[in-house]
Amino acid sequence: MERGKAGRMVRQLASFCLTLALTFIGLTAVTFLISRLTHIDPVLALVGDKASKDVYDQAYHAMGLDQPLVVQYAYYLKRLVSGDFGVSVLTSQPVLSDLLRVFPATFELATVAIVIGVALGIPAGVVAGARKGSWPDHLVRVVGLFGYSVPVFWLGLVGLFVFYGKLGWVSGTGRLDVFYEDVVTPRTGIILVDSALDGDWDIFRNAFSHLILPAAILGFFSLAYIARMTRSFMIGQLSQEYITTARVKGRSFWGAVWRHAFPNIMVPLITVVGLSYASLLEGAVLTETVFAWPGLGLYITRALFNGDMNAVLGGTILVGAVFIGINLVSDLLYKVFDPRLRDA
Amino acid sequence: MLRTLKFALLASAIAVLSPVAMADTPKDTLVIAENIDDIISLDPAEAYELSGIQVLANTYDRIMRFDPTDITKLVGGVAESQTVSDDGRTFTMKIRPNLKFASGNPVTAKDAAFSLQRVIKLNKTPVFLLSQLGWTPENVDQMVTAPDDQTLVVKIGVDFAPSLVNALLSSVVGSVVDQKTAMAHEKNGDFGYEWLKTNSAGSGAFTLKAWKPNESVVLEANPTYRGGEPAMKRVVIRHVPEPAAQRLLIEKGDTDVALNLTGDQVTSLKGNKDVTITPSPQALLYYMGMNLKQKELQDPRVRQALRYLIDYDGIVNSIMQGGAQVHQSFWASGFWAALDENPYKLDPDKAKALLKEAGYPDGFEITLDAPNSSPFTNIAQSLQATMAQGGVKVNIVPSETKALLTKYRAREHQLLLIYWGPDYMDPHTNADGFANNLDNSDAATKGKPLAWRNSWADDAVNKMTADAVRERDEAKRKQMYLDEQKKVLDDGPYAIMFQETKQVATRANVKNFIFGPSADVVYYNLTTK
Repeated sequence: MERGKAGRMVRQLASFCLTLALTFIGLTAVTFLISRLTHIDPVLALVGDKASKDVYDQAYHAMGLDQPLVVQYAYYLKRLVSGDFGVSVLTSQPVLSDLLRVFPATFELATVAIVIGVALGIPAGVVAGARKGSWPDHLVRVVGLFGYSVPVFWLGLVGLFVFYGKLGWVSGTGRLDVFYEDVVTPRTGIILVDSALDGDWDIFRNAFSHLILPAAILGFFSLAYIARMTRSFMIGQLSQEYITTARVKGRSFWGAVWRHAFPNIMVPLITVVGLSYASLLEGAVLTETVFAWPGLGLYITRALFNGDMNAVLGGTILVGAVFIGINLVSDLLYKVFDPRLRDA
Repeated sequence: MLRTLKFALLASAIAVLSPVAMADTPKDTLVIAENIDDIISLDPAEAYELSGIQVLANTYDRIMRFDPTDITKLVGGVAESQTVSDDGRTFTMKIRPNLKFASGNPVTAKDAAFSLQRVIKLNKTPVFLLSQLGWTPENVDQMVTAPDDQTLVVKIGVDFAPSLVNALLSSVVGSVVDQKTAMAHEKNGDFGYEWLKTNSAGSGAFTLKAWKPNESVVLEANPTYRGGEPAMKRVVIRHVPEPAAQRLLIEKGDTDVALNLTGDQVTSLKGNKDVTITPSPQALLYYMGMNLKQKELQDPRVRQALRYLIDYDGIVNSIMQGGAQVHQSFWASGFWAALDENPYKLDPDKAKALLKEAGYPDGFEITLDAPNSSPFTNIAQSLQATMAQGGVKVNIVPSETKALLTKYRAREHQLLLIYWGPDYMDPHTNADGFANNLDNSDAATKGKPLAWRNSWADDAVNKMTADAVRERDEAKRKQMYLDEQKKVLDDGPYAIMFQETKQVATRANVKNFIFGPSADVVYYNLTTK
């Protein structure tokens, strides 16, 4: 019995590792190929438009572009295995240190955004689903439609204009005021955490006032999605017979909704929230541009436009890892919320 | 109800948690909002991007400089005086005494010689500025020497007018690097290159404290600067890519300077007492290239006709809104030897007559490559509309700038809309770019000047360029460039349209923020507030 369980765990672990390896090989191979098929000369990013032929050729050679594609790829994988992501052409820094700098910024933003999205989206969705056709339902639908159709950069600019420009409730672009630049000790790179660790609440408040608007805007978009999905899950559950049974046995309507239906939508909901969170962690290019937020989306986009291969690949691997990680966490959470999956 | 309540709660939470927005930037800090995503290196032997050169203009002193109080005057930087030999090939310069680098080391002729040699030996993008003087990694140690600490001797291997040589020494590669500091950080014979990409070792008004790509550049005042310690102890350049955000920041006083405002934003700021707008004509030109690989464009009359199918004034007034002025010759107005004739106007009848003469009475169809960003998209649309009036059907092909340049450098375009900035403040730079094309073969080995990219080669024009560069009589040389500009204006493969005007927005209390006609002439050290 015990041995059987251990054996199964080993098998599961092995298959997980295999999936992981295949995913990364596929991910890097496709990214590598696509980047080579674009019409952007990666040498231009480094030497600019005015370099002489001589300088150009030297850089071309140094970047290994005179090698066959397969060789370039193999060489890249080899370095990757030893933990070397290469150096970004655009920043002159190792890609790994770049990612460690930009990812915390995105992480901070995405996490606050998803908290807003979940905290408001799920209750709204539940209410809308339970009271189908009522005015809260219509309100959720309108908000959802708005969230789907309004361009994020527009909402970002309007938000800045109103809450920063006119009302002065929040701070402007960037992560901190100039006053506080370089004051906080970088430990995690997440300013809210670092300033709290330092016990410097002025910086915490300042960072928060910079963060809240972009986070609220991103949160609004995931709210719209989460609320819509919660609503349809809820409608599905409420038509089940066990709800009728519970009601017949004397459960109040809201009791049946929260105690019986809600736990049953947890599993699909975790998938929805997990995916929203993962896509937020990819970095939101437009939001980051509007709010001058030095995050992952801006980093990868700029690298793509300049054919900065190492940075693109490093960023892609990170995003891949985030998705895999979140899937893993979702899987574990399924087991917590669905007793049927616990022994499987 | 529930939702409204929650939003109200959230809003009040924001209000409670937020500090009252600070209305001003710190007193001794100059804050600049700018798009700095082009910086890839801050080593003066490598940096060749506008934002990077602006920073370097403040962190390094150069052998020659433009006077910050009169930016049309080229004066000595670390060089105090200069004599030129009779054959014009040897320049002997005296270095100012008692100058110090920010590190405390004295500035000597040896540092200056080291800096020039370093540019040639590192062989990075801006090396062409100096290699055209006939310097190679092999001979540069003999061509550039420092017989003693105060004397720099520069020999050139070609016949170049002294004013041109001095202009080259005033460009970014003329930055004087602290040899001791650079060599202390040397790795694998790189002359400190890896370290200097992200650090400074100069004698400029500021030192580089930090460069975080796509985030900020922080400079600190150098108290030993020869021009006196700057009033601003710190300069913080923050990366703000979105112009609308820059506008909000300057309106609220969270930045002292905003550098990338669009025309309509500037227009809407005009009534604001707290913000001052200063127009500064730039050397940057917007033009349309016409590739002679395209059969129709080989006929000079067709190129003429297209130049008559552009609504120059309309674009300046409605699209650029103060961000540009009409300029049609290849050397920007306001500089020595610029040709200020703008003979072309929108004239469909004249264009049609020219096209008829050339054998295209019904016009033709052609593609126009244009960057997919403002203001190029709008300019392209205007061109499309006015070209149609002459029967020329233009299909716009928008693309990202780097992809556009890749195509341009492969000569695969038909018409292409782009800009060009000079490399240094002498007309030779643009004559070399717009007019010179010594090898028009597809496999040309000597760089890719604009004339080559548009497949236009004219031996007479090549000779004009070669003669002008040698002429030591200033008045004669000026006339030669005027003639050459006229020739390219009539016959060249371009429709040069505008000269950029930078509209610099500063807070009203900011004084003496010097933003000259090129990135080499942007000075922060005189700024007060």
